[in-house]
Amino acid sequence: MSRQVLQVFEQYQKSRTQFVQTVAELASRPQNIETLQNAGVMSLLRPLLLDIVPTIQQTAALALGRLANYNDDLAEAVVRGDILPQLVYSLAEQNRFYKKAAAFVLRAVAKHSPGLAQSVVDCGALDALVICLEEFDPGVKESAAWALGYIARHNAELAQAVVDAGAVPLLVLCIQEPEMALKQIAASALSDICKHSPELAQTVVDAGAIAHLAQMILNPDAKLKRQVFSALSQIAKHSVDLAEMVVEAEIFPAILTCLKDKDEYVKKNVATLIREIAKHTPELSQLIVNAGGVAAVVDYIGESKSNVRLPGIMMLGYVAAHSENLAMAVIVSKGVVQLAIALSEEQEDHIQAAAAWALGQIGRHSPEHAKAVAVANVLPKLLQCYLRADASEDLQTKAKKALKNILQKCVHLPALEPLLHDAPPNILKHVVGQFSKVLPHDSKARRLFVTSGGLKKVQEIKAEPGSALSEYINAINNCYPEEIVKYYSPGYSDALLERVEQYAPKV
Amino acid sequence: MAAMVRLVGEINTLISEVYDEKNEAERCRHTEYTAAVKIQSWFRGTRVRAYLRYLSKCATTIQKHWRGVLSRKYCRGLVKNSLLVLKLNHYNLLATKIQRSWRGYYARKYVFNYYSRKKYLEALHIKNELIRSELADFSEHQLAARTREEEKNERQRRQYEARRHHYLVSTVVQPGIYNSPFLPYPSETEYLLRNVQPLEHKKKRKNYCNFDPACLSYNSQVPKTLPPLAPKPQGPFREPKEVQKQRYKPFKPTLRVATDFFSLEKARQQLRNEEWVTRLNDDVFKPFSHHFVVYEPLLHTKSKFGPMNYGTKYFREEFPDKFLIYQNFKSQVPPIPIFDKFNDTYSRGEV
Repeated sequence: MSRQVLQVFEQYQKSRTQFVQTVAELASRPQNIETLQNAGVMSLLRPLLLDIVPTIQQTAALALGRLANYNDDLAEAVVRGDILPQLVYSLAEQNRFYKKAAAFVLRAVAKHSPGLAQSVVDCGALDALVICLEEFDPGVKESAAWALGYIARHNAELAQAVVDAGAVPLLVLCIQEPEMALKQIAASALSDICKHSPELAQTVVDAGAIAHLAQMILNPDAKLKRQVFSALSQIAKHSVDLAEMVVEAEIFPAILTCLKDKDEYVKKNVATLIREIAKHTPELSQLIVNAGGVAAVVDYIGESKSNVRLPGIMMLGYVAAHSENLAMAVIVSKGVVQLAIALSEEQEDHIQAAAAWALGQIGRHSPEHAKAVAVANVLPKLLQCYLRADASEDLQTKAKKALKNILQKCVHLPALEPLLHDAPPNILKHVVGQFSKVLPHDSKARRLFVTSGGLKKVQEIKAEPGSALSEYINAINNCYPEEIVKYYSPGYSDALLERVEQYAPKV
Repeated sequence: MAAMVRLVGEINTLISEVYDEKNEAERCRHTEYTAAVKIQSWFRGTRVRAYLRYLSKCATTIQKHWRGVLSRKYCRGLVKNSLLVLKLNHYNLLATKIQRSWRGYYARKYVFNYYSRKKYLEALHIKNELIRSELADFSEHQLAARTREEEKNERQRRQYEARRHHYLVSTVVQPGIYNSPFLPYPSETEYLLRNVQPLEHKKKRKNYCNFDPACLSYNSQVPKTLPPLAPKPQGPFREPKEVQKQRYKPFKPTLRVATDFFSLEKARQQLRNEEWVTRLNDDVFKPFSHHFVVYEPLLHTKSKFGPMNYGTKYFREEFPDKFLIYQNFKSQVPPIPIFDKFNDTYSRGEV
């Protein structure tokens, strides 16, 4: 008799378990989500979160997490259903499997938008998650760290809230754990916290994160390296002090080997880190140059494609912008050639713009620099970027600025010659200006200028009297005998013929 | 009195004369008056002009002197000033000369030392080459390691596939699919198949649950790699090798420790549960194929059916030449030449 009674309960429990498991299974496929939502799955799952059987609770939480993960409407529905307080409450109470599932739900809700993350924070989830970080089980720590990272990544206030909850020291402890996944996620969470403001980055640094992160840069695991370099670059990007602290962790010759890593994102993050360090001061740039960093970055630019090479290109620009000595170092490291290749190879405007900017920074220091840039046949490409019809505005301004910077220093006339023929007036002004400065002092160049047809071209330029351009043209004309100038000016043949007509032979 | 009389006599004429004179005077009076005015006006005009001229002459004199004073003053200032500028320019020029040479010297010596920069750039070049070659070496090593790994995986995969498909190997009488009789030699896969062992059947593992009361030992997972040991400290400590062995030894609790205190109850409960699940029939299900019938010997045969004593009682075959006939087979029909030609192709698995 009692068996029959028990059987009913058994049956009920079995079917509950089956229901929850099936829903969790179905929720893992995107095409089922809408049907599930229309069937009112939220309101059915909510009581199951309070079920007496732990397995059912966990599976219900898992199903909820999968639903909330899918899109922000569903996450919103989870928030509106007042499910979060339950989860947060039980996060402190239950066993580790349940904690994992609950942290998964919180993460899935928080990842969509700052508002949702804020609502997770408002439920008091942060304290519970931080307590989870002290758990023994690495899986629980992992999912708690993950949720904290997702909360912190939205904006500075949320990151500050995470820091205020005391998560940073525990995350730094998590980095030191042996489990690879936990390390990855903790590093990612630290990176998310650091990225907002110098104060937050300083908090992370004060917790001693840099030393531990720096230890892991030679780890064979690619995903971990991605996160580590991302975190370091997020720390270094804020201020000179932070960048110096990152450098003091003696990362320098070691991270250059990671530029040869097989994983693209590792390479990109390393290059970003080097860029963030180099951009602050000439001294830091000098340190990188002395460590051979520029050569490594130049090689890396040559080996990678499109977006991956962007941070490297920018790094060269930053280094060259600091001083002429550093710009010379970039030139000596064959950076100009790689930048020229990048400028012509890449299709995307923003990468071209970065390359143009970097070249402008290299060429603007002295005639020597400008010559090095001009010899790489960069000027016509820059001009092409500037004149291209479909170029973005940013690319146009950057290309123009770079051209102007280089042209104002360039005295290497063979490189300037082609620009005479196809440059628009606002660029032509600088080109002719350079000619007018050089020609009076260089007889060979004067001769070459005539034979290569430059003088003829200059005579054809239509310049408004009184403008700078016409002044430059006059200056050039003054370097030559009058007959030559006349000979090359347009309409001279007509004038000659007229003279023939008017000439009366003496008989 | 006479005079009086004469006058009285002449009174009319006198009166007329007087009148005439008066009329005459009256006639000319206007002319004279205008003439007098003209003369007066000219004279007065002359006087006033002369006075004005005098005044202006005086003013000019004053102005002349005053302007002279001012100009002389201004001029003095100008001269002073220009002298100052002249001096200033001169000294500036001199100062520039000094500064020029000093700055040139300073910059050449300390700021922009051509030779030191040249040396620096050369050193940088060398350093760059060094870094480049190091990185190239590094990436080469990495690439080599990666290819080695990939090759190893590939080899293992192929080995595993070969073991899985070992049944495709040729046998003595039947060539396998990788051993085409029409080819001069079998394919590579055939050799691979010959060299590997066939995959064993999966052993059905009894899955113990963690809390199985009947479980004699906890199959605790010893991690594959533990952190390395510190070198042996001085003193009465065990050899690191022994310690290592100890660390990787599987956990073997004593029976008393391994057994749950409630194991009996649990075992009973489990038995009851299993009974409850599989309570359909108490008799074991027996398939027909295993139908066992006791052998009934035929009536007229002499041989006894039963186990042989070979290997227990005697170890050699009793009648080794039982099936031997000392006479060769004889062919009954003449050989067909075309079969002889193909005879070679009926290979024994290889050619």
